Amino acid sequence: MTKDECKQVVLDIIADIAPDEDISNVKPDVRLRDQLQLDSMDFLDIVMELRKRHGLEVPEADYPQLASLDSCAAYLTPKFTALGK
Amino acid sequence: MSIPSPRVVITGVGLTAPNGNSLAEFRHNLLHGVAGVERMDVRYMGNLIAGVCHYDPLKYQKKKELRVGTRAGSISIYCAREALADCVIAWDAFPKDRVGIYIGTTEHGNVETENEIYAISKFNYDTKYWSHYHNPRTVANNPSGETSLHLGVTGPAYTIGAACAAGNLGLIHATQMLRLGEVDLALCGGVSESIHTFGIFAGFKSQNALAHHEDPKKASRPFDRDRNGIVISEGGCLYTLERLDDALARGAKIYAEIGGYCVNSDATDYVLPNPTRQAECVRRAVAHAGLTPRDIHIVNTHATATPMGDIQECQALGSVFQDCPDTHINNTKSFIGHCMGAAGALELAGNLPSFDDLIVHPTINIDNLDPQCALPGLVVNQPKKAARVDAILNNSFGMLGINSTLIVKRFVP
Repeated sequence: MTKDECKQVVLDIIADIAPDEDISNVKPDVRLRDQLQLDSMDFLDIVMELRKRHGLEVPEADYPQLASLDSCAAYLTPKFTALGK
Repeated sequence: MSIPSPRVVITGVGLTAPNGNSLAEFRHNLLHGVAGVERMDVRYMGNLIAGVCHYDPLKYQKKKELRVGTRAGSISIYCAREALADCVIAWDAFPKDRVGIYIGTTEHGNVETENEIYAISKFNYDTKYWSHYHNPRTVANNPSGETSLHLGVTGPAYTIGAACAAGNLGLIHATQMLRLGEVDLALCGGVSESIHTFGIFAGFKSQNALAHHEDPKKASRPFDRDRNGIVISEGGCLYTLERLDDALARGAKIYAEIGGYCVNSDATDYVLPNPTRQAECVRRAVAHAGLTPRDIHIVNTHATATPMGDIQECQALGSVFQDCPDTHINNTKSFIGHCMGAAGALELAGNLPSFDDLIVHPTINIDNLDPQCALPGLVVNQPKKAARVDAILNNSFGMLGINSTLIVKRFVP
């Protein structure tokens, strides 16, 4: 999986958990919470959907790695690769 | 100790029923014989009969609110917003800490728990897939809490668990809180999301109390000889209640005045009703309103179309309303099924317009009246014009033997 593909995975999840948001222009280097109406429960949703859809675990200590699309891609892409995706 | 009892009035109504999403639409269908029962698929059980609401949840809520919240919360928010619009209050400027939200529910949390168990069944019942929304969705105060979040109400907001008597309890409790001066405006009534839990269908079926009929619209048939059980429905109805002085000061439209009420308990059985206690509840409510049975012009029955339950309520009513030629008796469940926690509030709403048009909506689906339910004054299949409608009595009873009777009166300054 490329980093761009990884970002799309995260965007697909956000589209479902924040259905009122326009996600067509999410800036990859800006914190998600600074540009979208997302709260702490929504971030738990992202973690849950990564687990459900992709079998990927994010330990609580690593939650800050999900702050922006860029940091998501940097953190998640190796995990996807390790899972053979 | 003498507690002052300011007069309390109904100034707004918001509702969703299986046959209408506003009071006008609901009333029109009650007067034109339009039932709102249909077929729906129920998890594990197949295609069953139920009362389903078709309001537009996106009229007031965002998609995210719907995703995170519950059906009961959504119904509550819809009804609350409709009631606030109907009462034409200056909401933005109204002190939100002086608003109370009192919502009756038969039960809450079954739907959400069943959904989560079903969801983790797809993951070999591994609880790490259990939703972090489970607790806020299943707490008993969920419907009122979601409504307070949506409206920014910072006053007391909680649910009242009272089985199928709960809709009446919402209004009764709100009246008490207004009289005590705890709040200045109450949003109150009842809601139900019960059709989304298979458990309630399965439970009634195991009791041999779940209605079945080839034609869904004829399935709910209280007082008919061939009735065979309850049609389970969802729905909601919330009112705005205010002290009379406050309502008059702002020139509010007044639907009716709270006349009197009674809540009592059978203390005899988990599910079987007790006509002696029911009659006691009705008599005490009439006395609480300062009336006699002859002063009651419409009695809206609780009857759910169970073989014994209908007969027992008729026994109770027959003992109270003897020699009452101007008392009309009807049943709203014949149109919409049993809306559980919403039933009392919805069924009262369907009769409120009778103060204006003097028409009593009928009990439909009576092809062969059960002689044991043939109460004088029963309005059968067609609406009836009444000589006068000055007081409406609304019965709602529930499991574990909770009885509630609420009386509303024509408002006379």
